[in-house]
Amino acid sequence: MIISGDPALMQIVAVSLQVTGTALLLSTLVGIPLGSWLGLTRFLGRRLIIVLLYTGMGFPPVVVGLFVYLMLSRSGPLGALDFPLVPRLFTVNAMVVAQVIISFPLVAGFTMAAVMGVDPNLRQQVLSLGATNWQATLAVLMEARLGVIVSIIAGFGSIISEVGAVMMVGGNIEGATRVLTTAIVLETRKGNFDLAMALGIILLSLSFLANVIMLRLQGRTFEP
Amino acid sequence: MNATVYSLEKVSKTYGSREVLRVDFLEIQQGEIFAIVGPSGAGKSTLLRLLDFLEPPTGGQLRFKDYSANGGRAPLEVRRRVTTVFQRPVLLNTTVYGNVAYGLKIRGDKEVQRKVKEALEQVGLSELARERARLLSGGEAQRVALARAMVIEPEVLLLDEPTANLDPYNVGLIEDIVADLNRKRGTTIVLVTHNVFQAKRLAHRVALLLEGKVVEVAPVRDFFEAPRDPRTAAFVRGEMVY
Repeated sequence: MIISGDPALMQIVAVSLQVTGTALLLSTLVGIPLGSWLGLTRFLGRRLIIVLLYTGMGFPPVVVGLFVYLMLSRSGPLGALDFPLVPRLFTVNAMVVAQVIISFPLVAGFTMAAVMGVDPNLRQQVLSLGATNWQATLAVLMEARLGVIVSIIAGFGSIISEVGAVMMVGGNIEGATRVLTTAIVLETRKGNFDLAMALGIILLSLSFLANVIMLRLQGRTFEP
Repeated sequence: MNATVYSLEKVSKTYGSREVLRVDFLEIQQGEIFAIVGPSGAGKSTLLRLLDFLEPPTGGQLRFKDYSANGGRAPLEVRRRVTTVFQRPVLLNTTVYGNVAYGLKIRGDKEVQRKVKEALEQVGLSELARERARLLSGGEAQRVALARAMVIEPEVLLLDEPTANLDPYNVGLIEDIVADLNRKRGTTIVLVTHNVFQAKRLAHRVALLLEGKVVEVAPVRDFFEAPRDPRTAAFVRGEMVY
């Protein structure tokens, strides 16, 4: 089934990659700047934001799914607005919203920890060498790159394998919002263990491949 | 030695309610090696951070050539004329070459390769250009930090205890490089040290800083042989004066 490239299977893989890829991209775009800002600056209310972030890191996906469901449903505060930018329930975009809420605290939290682990004198040193604020921040992020990439891996891991939230807000609609995890649940319930196994192998392979790519990005950082 | 590079009048620095520096008057001249000596906690490093525009003074007037620090952040073009080599070299997690090239790259310099090669030759580390900087010994790392500062050809090089914790061989090497830089390029050097012998070997003029205040500024010979202030005399003799 995998080798023959079954169209239904490929469609499920494509939706999975689309949802997780988009959610991870958005989480990275929000999480890395937020984590860097929290790691590099000190201000009133920072601790509160960090506590909220840590809480977000441990959010049960099914609760996130429930929250997004209630917000986006026709009678919910956002769904009732009928605003074009607000995604509708049981669409790919609604699934992306749920997955961003699950993964961005992980990206931001791990990035913050990585940035805080960089020698605080490094920023002063590069500023002394004539760096702008932006160049100094970039230098700190480059030093923290191992941790920053781990943050992306953690964010990816939290959503590629997630089933509760996408099931609730996506609805597992065939040909539209069915992803690998929800398809595995469905096929297992139907007793189609061969298809469920095939989907499981694909999911594991995708996860493995994504982690190999990210480890390659870390490059020589692993060397002593 | 004629033009004034730095001019400080009633410059103070306060952290919270604690005043750590109050310099009533101090001038540093073009092309000199100016040493600032004093015990730990005297405010030497704070003064250096002000001279590098890493922090603005709390009060008073700090002038650098045609620029007057007015409490805000100094403009980039002013900051890029001065740099500091700190006591503990903070090297980027890349190669020796990458570290030395950093200041040139952020300036968009077109001759990075040639300049880095020359700088590494000057500090005797050409053969280590491709090595990971984090694997170097303390002395080698400090020489990389020195090359990284020299390569951007600053008008003023600030040295914050650059040889503390180093072996005599590396101390000698670094002192030679610094003296050479001053002699050949005419770079103004401000050296902060608690080592009076180093100040004696390198400096043209020396200032003693105690509890954030300048006690005495004098040409090196006068400072060591005929100090005016009894506290300077005591410090030079190695007696505890704090």
